[in-house]
Amino acid sequence: MKKKVRIIPGFGLTMGVTLAILSIVVLIPLASLVVFTAKLSFSDILEVITRKRVLASFRVSLLTAFIASAVNAVMGVVLAWVLVRYDFPFKRLLDGLIELPFALPTAVAGISLTSLYADTGFMGKLFARFGIRIAYTRLGIIIALIFIGIPFVVRTVQPVLEKLDPLYEEAAGILGASRGQIFRRVILPELRPAIFTGFGLAFGRCLGEYGSVVFIAGNKPFETEITPLMIMSELQEYDYSSATAIALVMLAAAFLILFLVNLIQIRNAKILKGGH
Amino acid sequence: MAQSAGGQVVSREGTGQIHENTRGSKAVKLLLIGLSVVFLVIMLVLPLITVITESLKKGFAEYAASVTDEDTKSAVQLTLQATVFAVVINTVFGLCAAWAVTRFHFRGKKLLVTLIDLPVTVSPIIAGLIYVLTFGRQSAIFPFLEEHGLEVVYAVPGIILATVFVTFPFISRELIPVLETIGTDEEEAAAMMGAGGFTIFRRITFPHIRWALLYGVVLCAARAMGEFGAVSVLSGHLRGKTVTLPLHVEILFGDNKFMPAFAVSSILVVFAVIILIVRSVVEYIGRVKKNVH
Repeated sequence: MKKKVRIIPGFGLTMGVTLAILSIVVLIPLASLVVFTAKLSFSDILEVITRKRVLASFRVSLLTAFIASAVNAVMGVVLAWVLVRYDFPFKRLLDGLIELPFALPTAVAGISLTSLYADTGFMGKLFARFGIRIAYTRLGIIIALIFIGIPFVVRTVQPVLEKLDPLYEEAAGILGASRGQIFRRVILPELRPAIFTGFGLAFGRCLGEYGSVVFIAGNKPFETEITPLMIMSELQEYDYSSATAIALVMLAAAFLILFLVNLIQIRNAKILKGGH
Repeated sequence: MAQSAGGQVVSREGTGQIHENTRGSKAVKLLLIGLSVVFLVIMLVLPLITVITESLKKGFAEYAASVTDEDTKSAVQLTLQATVFAVVINTVFGLCAAWAVTRFHFRGKKLLVTLIDLPVTVSPIIAGLIYVLTFGRQSAIFPFLEEHGLEVVYAVPGIILATVFVTFPFISRELIPVLETIGTDEEEAAAMMGAGGFTIFRRITFPHIRWALLYGVVLCAARAMGEFGAVSVLSGHLRGKTVTLPLHVEILFGDNKFMPAFAVSSILVVFAVIILIVRSVVEYIGRVKKNVH
């Protein structure tokens, strides 16, 4: 065993500060969740999470988050491709704009999208002509979640695409592959882990999203009630046990997604390193 | 830079005629750019424009009245307070955590990094719930808090804690990759020559992480200002006391006061646009510096 000598100073100080702040902000609150959960009986938790209204909210959340993330996966690849491979005026502006959903408060996005897609709004009027209502339906939730999820896939695919050596595409071209074939057989396999990572991150974010959705959703029970809203309404009735039970399901889902994303990311890191 | 130039050079010299369908690719290019622009305009630009047009619907005087309203002023104050707390605490934490994680080997490092990232992976509503369980009435430490007159839930400290929580990893996450790439050689050399910890940090490490740190601070401030879900759980919506800007927007919108809601939102939009500009500048400077290397 080689004994490591620490030449750089500051381990005690930085580790101490890190652990102290981490304990106050994350560990103690998390521990209190565990303590509170331990007080609940399993059958109580089961009773809460199998209520029809709660189950319906799971369905609404999963469905809308999935569709929105799928749309973002496709558009994310297109956007990343356009930003990396093409040059055109205002490209930098477009690139900067992608980050808007991170910068714009969710509540502002929520009210803005609601008035845009309401029957009297600019976009709402357009769709109303075809008899499609967007605000206060699941379509509205999907629109809000697409807004929230835009940066994820773009920002995971962009670096991979930048490192991708065009030589392989040239080689495939020389060997007579069509552009469609090159994309499907050469480029897409390289991008796939990044796309799934971005999809997973967006999906996780969409499942937990609250601010932008509550305004446009209309929040009709069984129809447009998302799971975070269920937790919120339990909290407003001071029913902490029910709120915690539903939260546990959401946490389990979030960790599962995170675990899968990490698995993919390990593979992605290999591609990023080896692609050069 | 190298990769895009490389591709074009190869296709222009000699092998250029390989794609006989280059004209097709031009159409594809225009189609994809058009699709991207339409998508971003509808999804991102329109909502931004809506905030501005709706807030000015009844004229500038009405707009000014809603923005300078007493409730708005107190909301601005509380939002700034929470943001400053979040930025300061997370900067101190981010610097320390990044230093500890990248400069030393210790057991449980992976676990530590996972725990730091945890706050952004949980729903903001769950973040709020966790703090209610920790500091609320049914909590074990509630009697202690009450005895000392400390109100957390439905009070300002709760809002600040929630804001710190949801922005927790934002700065350390920017710093860790940068510190990892620059390695420890320079710092080790400085330490061997007898430099103290703070001197090493100030003279060697800090110049490397300046831009990453600034970017992290900007991200943290952006998210802190706009946090809605977690703050909503902990606020109790006491007008003039525990209402931040996003909550004020929610209350106004819920009362069908659409114009004032958008007017207050426009304050947050201004901040958001500033943040986007700073981000672009920071990224640009980072890229220029990398190319100089």
